[in-house]
Amino acid sequence: MKPGYEQIYKRPETLLPKRMHYCPGCFHSTIHKIIMEIVEEWDIQDKVIGVCPVGCSVFAYDYLDIDMQEAAHGRAAAVATGIKRMLPDKIVFSYQGDGDLAAIGTAETIHACNRGENFTFIFINNGIYGMTGGQMAPTTLEGQKTTTSPYGREPATTGMPIKMSELVSQLISVAYVERVSCNTPANTRKAKRAIEKAFKIQMKGLGTTFIEVVSNCPSNWKCTPEESLEWIKEKALPYFPLGVFKEPAKEEVE
Amino acid sequence: MAETRFMKGNEALGEAAIRAGLQGYFGYPITPQSEVVEYLALQEPNHNYVLIQAESELAAVNMVYGAAAAGARVMTTTSSPGFSLMQEGISYIACSELPCVFANIVRGGPGLGTIQPSQSDYFQATKGGGHGDYHLIVLGPNSVQETVDHIYLAFELADKYRSPVMLLSDGAIGQMMEKVVLPDPIEYKPDKPWATTGKTPDRERNIITSLFIQAEIMEQRNLKLQEKFKKITENEVRYEEYKLDDVEYIIVSFGLCSRISKKVVDQARESGIKMGLFRPITLWPFPTKPIEELASINSVKCFISVEMNAGQMVEDVKLSVNGKKPVYFYGRTGGIVPTPDEIINHIKENLL
Ligand SMILES: Cc1ncc(C[n+]2csc(CCOP(=O)(O)OP(=O)(O)O)c2C)c(N)n1
Repeated sequence: MKPGYEQIYKRPETLLPKRMHYCPGCFHSTIHKIIMEIVEEWDIQDKVIGVCPVGCSVFAYDYLDIDMQEAAHGRAAAVATGIKRMLPDKIVFSYQGDGDLAAIGTAETIHACNRGENFTFIFINNGIYGMTGGQMAPTTLEGQKTTTSPYGREPATTGMPIKMSELVSQLISVAYVERVSCNTPANTRKAKRAIEKAFKIQMKGLGTTFIEVVSNCPSNWKCTPEESLEWIKEKALPYFPLGVFKEPAKEEVE
Repeated sequence: MAETRFMKGNEALGEAAIRAGLQGYFGYPITPQSEVVEYLALQEPNHNYVLIQAESELAAVNMVYGAAAAGARVMTTTSSPGFSLMQEGISYIACSELPCVFANIVRGGPGLGTIQPSQSDYFQATKGGGHGDYHLIVLGPNSVQETVDHIYLAFELADKYRSPVMLLSDGAIGQMMEKVVLPDPIEYKPDKPWATTGKTPDRERNIITSLFIQAEIMEQRNLKLQEKFKKITENEVRYEEYKLDDVEYIIVSFGLCSRISKKVVDQARESGIKMGLFRPITLWPFPTKPIEELASINSVKCFISVEMNAGQMVEDVKLSVNGKKPVYFYGRTGGIVPTPDEIINHIKENLL
C-alpha cells in the first residue's frame, strides 16, 4: 500500500481468486462474496460447512474456501440436515435456487423447516431456471416469458409464483425469515446483515433460518444487468416484498 | 458384551447397528421393514445416535449422504418401493465414495406389489440400480443371525472401501424370530480425513461432490471407481458350499431361498440323488470363479438357480458357468415362498 493510502475494500481471502463462471451482473457472485466476508470477519472458516445445489451455483465450492458438499437437485435441505445433526456445533448453510428449493425440493424444504432444522437456507430467487437455459420456475412472474412459457406465464394453467418466505414463516419451528435483494448497495448491505443474523440465530440453536434473496438472471431474462435491476425494482419486488417475516425476540438473539 | 436373545430379524438388525457404533439413522416407514425404525426410536434415549423419521426415502437417502460425508457411521433401511426412490441418491453416494449402510427388506413387486417376501430386487441391488456405472457391495443374509453379522461386516467394508454397502434381505427374514448372538458393542472412532468437518488451517478444504463436468476428469473418476470394484471383487467374495463333494446337481440359491434349498438337497440325498447347494453370500461381488470351477467338474450335470423372482440371479450363474453346463431356473413371484416339495418335484419331473 502506498503511504497516505488506506485500503477500504478488498476481496475476502476465503473467496478464492478465481475467475467465476457466473454471467456478468449475476447476483450469485455478490452473494458468495458477502457470505465469505462474514466467514472472514468472524473467523469461522473451520466452523462453516456449505451445501451447494444443482443449478448455476453447483460450482460454488470452486470459489468458497470452506468445506462443502454438492447435493442432488432439490435435496440440499436433506443433506444439510444430515450434516448439522452429525455436527451440531458447526454453522451449516444450504445455498439453493428456486427450481431446487421450491420445485423439485419443496418437500425437503418444508419438512426441514417444520422440524426446525438448525441450519440456514440461502435461497436465490431469480424467477427462472438459470442453469438449464431459462425455463419457467415456480417463482416466474405472471406473464413473464421463459423458454417453457414463451407466451408469458399463464396463471390459469401454471398457477401464481410461489412465495416461499411467506410460506415457511407459517411453520412454528422456523426462527427467522427475511427476504432481501442485492439490487442496490444498500440492499446488499442489508442482505449481509440478514445472513449474519441468521448465522447468529443458528449458533444459538433457535431453529431454522431462511434468507430469500430476490436475484436476477440477465442472460436468461434476455436483458442487460442494468435492465435486470430495473426489472427487480419494477416487477419482482412489488410481488416479492422485502422485509422480515419472522424473527426471534431480540433478547434471545443477543 | 456378547449376548444371546430371541429376536425378530428387523429388531436384531437395529440392535446390531447400535452395537456396531451407529451415529445416524434416517428412514421412512414401509412394511415389512418398519420395525427397524421403530426399534431404533425406542432405543434412542439409551444411546448417542441421531434418528430422523424422514419425510420420504428421497430425503432419507440424502440425509445419509450429508451425514456420511460429515464423517459419521450412518444407515438407512427400507423395502422395495422405497429402495427405488433412493436410487438417485445412491448413485451420488457411490460416485462421491461415501461409506454408509443400506438394508432392503424386499417385498414382492413390481409396483406397489405385495408386502410378502421376495427377491425381486436382485437386479436393482447388484447391477447398480441408479444411473451411471457403479456397484454397491451387496450381502445376502439368510437368517436373523447372519443379518446381525452382516450389519457389522457392512459397516466395516463401507469404511474399508469408502463405499455404500447393502443388505439384500427379505420380508420373511425381517419378520421371523430366531435365536441370535449379539456381538460386543464397538466404540466407533471415525478416521476420515476427507470428511467435511470444517476446514482447519492445516489442510485444504474438503469437497464432497459427484460432479466432474469435463469428460476427461469424469472418466478418471470412473476409472478410479472401476479400480476399486476390481479390488473388492478380488478380495471380498463370500459364499457357502453345502454337500458339494461328488455332486451332480447343483442348486444355486441365496437368502431365504438358500435355507429352503438346503432342505431340498437333504431330501434329494435321502432318495439317492447327488445334489448340493452353492450359496452366494456376497451377491455383488458375485462368486463367479467358484461357480466356474464347479462347472468344470466332470460329474456335475447341471445348475438350478432357485429364486423368489422371475429369474434374476440365474443370469449371473449362466455368466459364471459360461456355457460349460446347462443352467436351469425355478422361481416363484409375487411374494410366494416356494416349498421344498415343489422344488424337488419340479427338478425330478423336468431335469432328472
Ligand atoms: C433430478 C434432476 N432433474 C433435473 C435436473 C436438471 N436441472 C439442473 S439445474 C435445474 C434448474 C436449476 O434452476 P434453479 O434451481 O432455479 O437454479 P439457477 O440455475 O437458476 O441458479 C434443472 C432442472 C437435474 N440435474 N437433476
